[in-house]
Amino acid sequence: MTGLVLSAITRAFDHPVPRTVLGGVDLTIAQGEFVSLVGPSGAGKTTLLRIIAGLDSGYGGSLAWQGARPRLGVVFQEPRLVPWLGLLDNLLLVGGPESVDRARALLGAVELGDCDNALPGQLSGGMQRRAALARALLVEPDFLILDEPLISLDAALAERMRRVLNDFWRKRRTTTLLITHSLAEAVELSTRVAILSPIERRVVADCALPPPDPRLSGDPMVAAALQDLRRMTRSWPVPDPAEAPPDRAG
Amino acid sequence: MSQPAGAPTIGLGAHWYRLLSVIALLALWQAAASGLADPALLPSPLATFEAGYEALRAGDLFYHVGATLARVAVAFGLAMLIGTAIGIALGRSPALDHFFNGWLVIGLNLPALVTIVLCYIWFGLSEAAAILAVTINKVPTVAAILREGAKALDPALFEMTRVFEVKPLRVLARVVLPQLAPSLMAAARAGLALTWKIVLVVELLGRPNGVGFQIRSFFNFFDIASILAYSLAFIGAVVAIEVLLLQPIDRQLGKWRRA
Repeated sequence: MTGLVLSAITRAFDHPVPRTVLGGVDLTIAQGEFVSLVGPSGAGKTTLLRIIAGLDSGYGGSLAWQGARPRLGVVFQEPRLVPWLGLLDNLLLVGGPESVDRARALLGAVELGDCDNALPGQLSGGMQRRAALARALLVEPDFLILDEPLISLDAALAERMRRVLNDFWRKRRTTTLLITHSLAEAVELSTRVAILSPIERRVVADCALPPPDPRLSGDPMVAAALQDLRRMTRSWPVPDPAEAPPDRAG
Repeated sequence: MSQPAGAPTIGLGAHWYRLLSVIALLALWQAAASGLADPALLPSPLATFEAGYEALRAGDLFYHVGATLARVAVAFGLAMLIGTAIGIALGRSPALDHFFNGWLVIGLNLPALVTIVLCYIWFGLSEAAAILAVTINKVPTVAAILREGAKALDPALFEMTRVFEVKPLRVLARVVLPQLAPSLMAAARAGLALTWKIVLVVELLGRPNGVGFQIRSFFNFFDIASILAYSLAFIGAVVAIEVLLLQPIDRQLGKWRRA
């Protein structure tokens, strides 16, 4: 079992100015679910990620894993690759030397098959993000946390990476939490979409979807779900790739 | 060494300036030696070279320089190992840093001569006491440099290794030590210069061989040419270590920054 129950999670910071970032987040993620947490910048999504990943213990409320604490795979908002290690060595750092074949295969899957020895500094931001995605998948996590993993990719590449994520989830049914500001991305990949309000600072809507096995962007169900979710978030802006051109750094 | 872009040009290549500098120093030395009434007070470069050649031919130079280098190597290695461990601990733990900061200041300011004399008194005129005295003198310098390096370690990379549960030894080897490379190199350079000077004092006061021991013997006989010859031979050995060992390591470690 690798489910997660978050009950009334609160987090406030004193610096630089006193502010509440999370105002009582309730969220349950069952084993095998792919949940997307959608909210605009500053809604507290990354703060919640840090709490779930065990990097921030200064929160209120309760966080409970169903069963033993799972092995985590995390894609941080910044790639966090080790600058003096080549891409393959970056992956082997977390996977160990025995995972070299799988590491090469995953670099190939994220279209970095010819960059084994390239240093992160020699690559674009988008390539680094894809390497970070391969690293998170390499550890065969019980619980995968993705913080805006496709944010700096161009539309076509982001589409192919969504397919990689979808294939991985369909094969392994890894419990996944995707943090994104894109409703379209959330609906395409998830079994549930939760909306984190920047005003109330908690989850204000939770929308279950049929499993993406796979889900195509032209699917009428996708369009209907998107319409519903957009109605819920009308009071605050949610940037969407369809509405805002992405940074073409990938 | 290549000229950085935009730097003013200096006409001749850098190595020519270095060569000219050595020639100028030798000329100055020769002029000073010629100007003195008593050549024994400052032997000429040629007389010094002859004294060095004689010691080399007799095998004394290799033996004594070798003995000193062996002491430098052992004390330097121990000091780097202990100092690095202490420095990392102090740099990563504010509590330890606050507690031991005063001790470190005392260690940094303890005169080398005091440590050497006390070690010889407490542990006898032994090889172990000599090595211990040099190591004690050098550890605080390494620890202080590494402490600053450890304070600047990237927290984002630590968080990454934490969530992925990377084994501690792998984190040390692949994440921590490479970040500390500039501090380690700075400590090694400062340490090498400091260590060999202290080793000479240790040998002068209580060892039966080594460059320091020889200098004391030559002092007794007022043999300045041999004192200079041994000093220059040893400086040559230390410069060789810098050029052949430390600089290539430094270049290798800094390769990723230039990529």
